[in-house]
Amino acid sequence: MIDHLSPILIGTLGAATPLVLAGLGELVAEKAGVMNLGVEGMMLIGAIAAFAAAVASDGSVTAGLLAGMLAGVLAASLFALLALSLAANQAACGLALTIFGVGLSAFIGQSYVSHSLAGLPALPLPGLSQIPWLGPILFRQDPVVYLAFLLYVAVAWVLARTRIGLILRAVGESPEAAHAIGYPVLGIRWAATLTGGAFAGLAGAYLSTVYTPLWVQNMTAGRGWISVALVVFATWKPTRLLLGACLFGGVTILQFHAQGLGLDLPVELLAALPYLATVIVLVLISRDRKLLRLNLPASLGKPFVPGR
Amino acid sequence: MTTRVQVEPRIRLIGITKRYHSLVANDQVSLQVAPGEIHAVLGENGAGKSTLMKVIYGAVRADDGELMWNGRQVEIDSPDAARRLGIGMVFQHFSLFETLTVVENIALVLDEPFDLAALAQRVESVSRAYGLPLDPHRPVHSLSVGERQRVEIVRCLLQKPQLLILDEPTSVLTPQAVLTLFDTLRKLAAEGVAILYISHKLHEIQALCDRATVMRSGRVTGEAIPREETPASLARMMIGRELPHCAIPAYLGQRRTVLEVRALSLRSEDPFGTSLEGIHLTVEAGEILGIAGISGNGQNELMAALSGETPTAADSVLLDGVPIGRLGAGQRRDRGLGFVPEERLGRGAVPAMSLARNALLTGHRKGMVRRGLVDYAAAVRFAAAIIERFGVRCSGPEALARALSGGNLQKFIVGREIAQSPRLLLVSQPTWGVDVGASAQLRQTLVDLSREGVAILVVSEELEELFEICDRIAVLAGGRLSAPQPRAATDAEAIGLLMAGHSMSAAA
Repeated sequence: MIDHLSPILIGTLGAATPLVLAGLGELVAEKAGVMNLGVEGMMLIGAIAAFAAAVASDGSVTAGLLAGMLAGVLAASLFALLALSLAANQAACGLALTIFGVGLSAFIGQSYVSHSLAGLPALPLPGLSQIPWLGPILFRQDPVVYLAFLLYVAVAWVLARTRIGLILRAVGESPEAAHAIGYPVLGIRWAATLTGGAFAGLAGAYLSTVYTPLWVQNMTAGRGWISVALVVFATWKPTRLLLGACLFGGVTILQFHAQGLGLDLPVELLAALPYLATVIVLVLISRDRKLLRLNLPASLGKPFVPGR
Repeated sequence: MTTRVQVEPRIRLIGITKRYHSLVANDQVSLQVAPGEIHAVLGENGAGKSTLMKVIYGAVRADDGELMWNGRQVEIDSPDAARRLGIGMVFQHFSLFETLTVVENIALVLDEPFDLAALAQRVESVSRAYGLPLDPHRPVHSLSVGERQRVEIVRCLLQKPQLLILDEPTSVLTPQAVLTLFDTLRKLAAEGVAILYISHKLHEIQALCDRATVMRSGRVTGEAIPREETPASLARMMIGRELPHCAIPAYLGQRRTVLEVRALSLRSEDPFGTSLEGIHLTVEAGEILGIAGISGNGQNELMAALSGETPTAADSVLLDGVPIGRLGAGQRRDRGLGFVPEERLGRGAVPAMSLARNALLTGHRKGMVRRGLVDYAAAVRFAAAIIERFGVRCSGPEALARALSGGNLQKFIVGREIAQSPRLLLVSQPTWGVDVGASAQLRQTLVDLSREGVAILVVSEELEELFEICDRIAVLAGGRLSAPQPRAATDAEAIGLLMAGHSMSAAA
């Protein structure tokens, strides 16, 4: 049994990483009351920017990842300008950003189709990777996987333990009260939105330069949307988000193996399995309305205009 | 009065004027408060008290007038600027974050290094020193309204204010908690803090305040030393005449039970709500049953269960002996139940619709719908009749609900329900935010209606109101209802203990 399980588990963290990154970014934005449905678009823009930068710099993945983050921030600032500064409808702006991202990345990506990159080799952590069974699963990953998990720890800590996190939660619950006691609500929401953009951009960059280092149109394949859903179903808790992302990653790898075994099931159904499993499990664990209500940023999705 | 010349006033307002379009909210208002003085601002709803306080707190800018702070002219252009000067304000509607803990809420307003553990200790010691005990680690949503007010006060105290403004602070407190608050305020005043105390409750101002400025329609109509005045003379300054009183005739008709509630238990779906536990009550034809208690103790849940918004077990609620627990709100109205909810705009009436259309919403049972089509002319006639009968001040049946003042809209909503000749009328907070004149009229309307044989259940936070009009009074605390007592057999103190959650035996 363990022999069949460990190859699946080894792939799980890598497959979960884009969701962890994009989900954490969206979680930060939503905690401040900003619902950015443009995650899928920001990921695609990040992915193509990263791929182009990596190609231009002779395959430098680091250049690619940085370019992806920058592109994500730029895409998020477009959203912030419309949805925050001009107080437009957040859902509409987010959907528009996703449509824009799909189109823009396909357009720029035309000349990169069938290009491929070298990717990043795994970086076994000395000592830890020697632990029997667990070592290869957890500690023989590429550096971005480690980075994603460090970012998870950082986000969880900032939200729960620091003044910045407290201000973020306060703004998300009641921008009016936060404004009344003197906090720059729009500035804080801008910062949270741009953070979300950087995370989504990095997630996209990881997909195109490390996870499957070649350019395929629409290569995020709905992972941005799953990230948005994960945040809600995880009731805005970073640890649940992490577990949800790992579940998605695990089932993704599992269905690859199942396809390989030649099970008598339609490939399309198998490919849909990770999305289905994640949504079902998370719906079940997020049925607790009390938890939902306590963690839901009360002002989520509502534009705030100071002094009105 | 002679000492005033020697002491520099902490704050002095000179000729403050604030206009909103054609409405003059504050007209040449002047007042001053000395250090250590508890100064009342007395006036009805709409007299301009809140606007004046917002000017002092920097939330609103005056069009004209001067503000002197410790003898120096100042401009206060934001709440932040007010706080830096040393002005603290306890709002009537709190500005707390529900999902955060007490200490987190307080940390958000203090400019100092972020150390929740150390701050929690200070919160505890300050709150104990002023007789306002608080657990710093409780989330605010789990606190009672009175405890939330403590958080607001402690939050102000930690900023070491020189002037503390309290806007109608006792509207959410039990009579006993009011006494504790007064002790705290006297202690603060003794330490030199100037206090501005806004209220429309005459006896509180007489018990607490050193001086009073009385306002009416945006103007100062008098200055007084409350202890040297009578309630009648203060009322004359406040509303221009004596406080009106209700006439309560005896009920001569047949006595029979109209509403019976048996062992009603209801788990609240809302984590910030209150579950109801084993509620028993009856309301007879010809009587008014009052339910006292601080909002948030199950009032919303009880009204939802009785009006039909939340269905319950069938035999938990009986109307004229028939189980109606499973019926929805419309079916209950068909059987003669009228309901005046607490939120006038949004639940009692649709803000953006005309009075005629609002009348139609529940009044359609009175022949305004023929073969599925609305007879709009009938709705207009129906609305016009209500406006006429209850003296609703508005431009006519086509006036939008949101254009009416609180008192006039309430008269219209109550009138709409009464015009459908209910057998049972549920009323929640009948005079909340309504001026004295309209309140008296509404109370008299309810009394008269009950004496025609209608059973009436009134939920209110205003104890004085309940003692004025109710035949029996029960208390809802923590989702449990105390046994109703005849009005003559109980008093505000006993009711207050029940409101604070003491059982009957503990209260005795």
